[in-house]
Amino acid sequence: MRRVARSLFILAALAAAPSAFAHAFLDHADPRVGSTVDHAPRRATLWFTQQLEPAFSKLKVLDANGNEVDAKDGGVDAHDRTVMHATLPALAPGKYRVEWRVLSTDTHVTSGGFTFEVRR
Amino acid sequence: MKEVPVRFMLAAVALAGAQGALAHGFAGQRFFPATIATDDPFVADELSLPTVSRRTLAAEGDSPAVRETAASVDLAKRITSSFGIEVGATWLDQRGAEGTQRGFDNWALGAKYQFYLDERHESIASVGVDWDMGNTGAKSVGAETFSTVTPALFVGKGFGDLPSSMQYLRPLALTGSVGIGMPSRSGTTTVDEDGNASTELHPHTVNVGLALEYSLPYLQSFVKDVGLREPFNRLIPIVEFDLSKPYDRGAGPWTGTVNPGLLWAGRYVQLGLEAVIPVNHATGGGTGVVFQLHFFIDDLFPKSFGKPLL
Repeated sequence: MRRVARSLFILAALAAAPSAFAHAFLDHADPRVGSTVDHAPRRATLWFTQQLEPAFSKLKVLDANGNEVDAKDGGVDAHDRTVMHATLPALAPGKYRVEWRVLSTDTHVTSGGFTFEVRR
Repeated sequence: MKEVPVRFMLAAVALAGAQGALAHGFAGQRFFPATIATDDPFVADELSLPTVSRRTLAAEGDSPAVRETAASVDLAKRITSSFGIEVGATWLDQRGAEGTQRGFDNWALGAKYQFYLDERHESIASVGVDWDMGNTGAKSVGAETFSTVTPALFVGKGFGDLPSSMQYLRPLALTGSVGIGMPSRSGTTTVDEDGNASTELHPHTVNVGLALEYSLPYLQSFVKDVGLREPFNRLIPIVEFDLSKPYDRGAGPWTGTVNPGLLWAGRYVQLGLEAVIPVNHATGGGTGVVFQLHFFIDDLFPKSFGKPLL
């Protein structure tokens, strides 16, 4: 019975571990994924499920024509390695795409992107 | 100058990580969960322990219908980033009008090679072969005395490249396989107590697997943040089709099951629960159920057992 209880405890602990892939995945973002915002954000912030390797994690924001519009400073936060930022200029109304490619500290690479729209 | 070797080493680590990521159920930004009833196209380091199912099997020949409970373990191990092997064992408990039978089914070995990956279009393809090893299980539970070798083609496609007008269909993904089951013997002849011989034919079979899934993690991270939180933001509704048809030596009808269910992908494990619905009377009677606990070995042990051997 003790062995069964121990096995159940281990399984429960694994299942209850912070619900994220060991691969770094986007947890949420500001501006939110797929959102329409009334006012142009001054920066894009992404929260990931894993700590990131700053030297190999990139973030950029593109306009509808595919041109990079951020200040080209997109990278991992110095104090919280699960967070990335990119500074934005005063964005004109329109659609924008955030793209990221990151290396988590357990050496897994993941990438992705999402759009948001500035209304005015 | 001192930074050069450090950067070189980090680049090497990054490269190794990139190879690993490609092999772990990913195609571009798409994460494909491990399917339960059908085999997916990915070469990975994974452990299913256990997969437990219960269903009623149809009567076959002189054998009456039985209620079967199966508990299995499957281990997949990468040899290289695109080639891996698999081994599986299943314990069976069969209860019917003639009593209860218990024992191991035949051992299964497999190998898979991933030959195609298109990250942008979330597409993947691989070929593999499965070997059901005859005479390694208990005859009392119906383990065959002959082997069956099944070469198969596996594909996967995520629909993240659909136009924005169809954005809510982007979380959809499909995996599928087509294989030919080739028995090592065309038939088995038995002689009863009265000296009458009878022959059971072993036909070739077409095996088709299909899994259609809607990834809520994909919706949340890449399409639209609809406000889902734990545990719902990690759920993947799925329906699997596991079908087979004998096409020679006394060919029979299609048999198989349709399995609607839910998968939940966590940090190191995936949980799955599906109904098992027979497609016809030839398959069996009544709805069964299957549960699976699945471990991502490459996430549990990324720097040791969870990476390719070569």
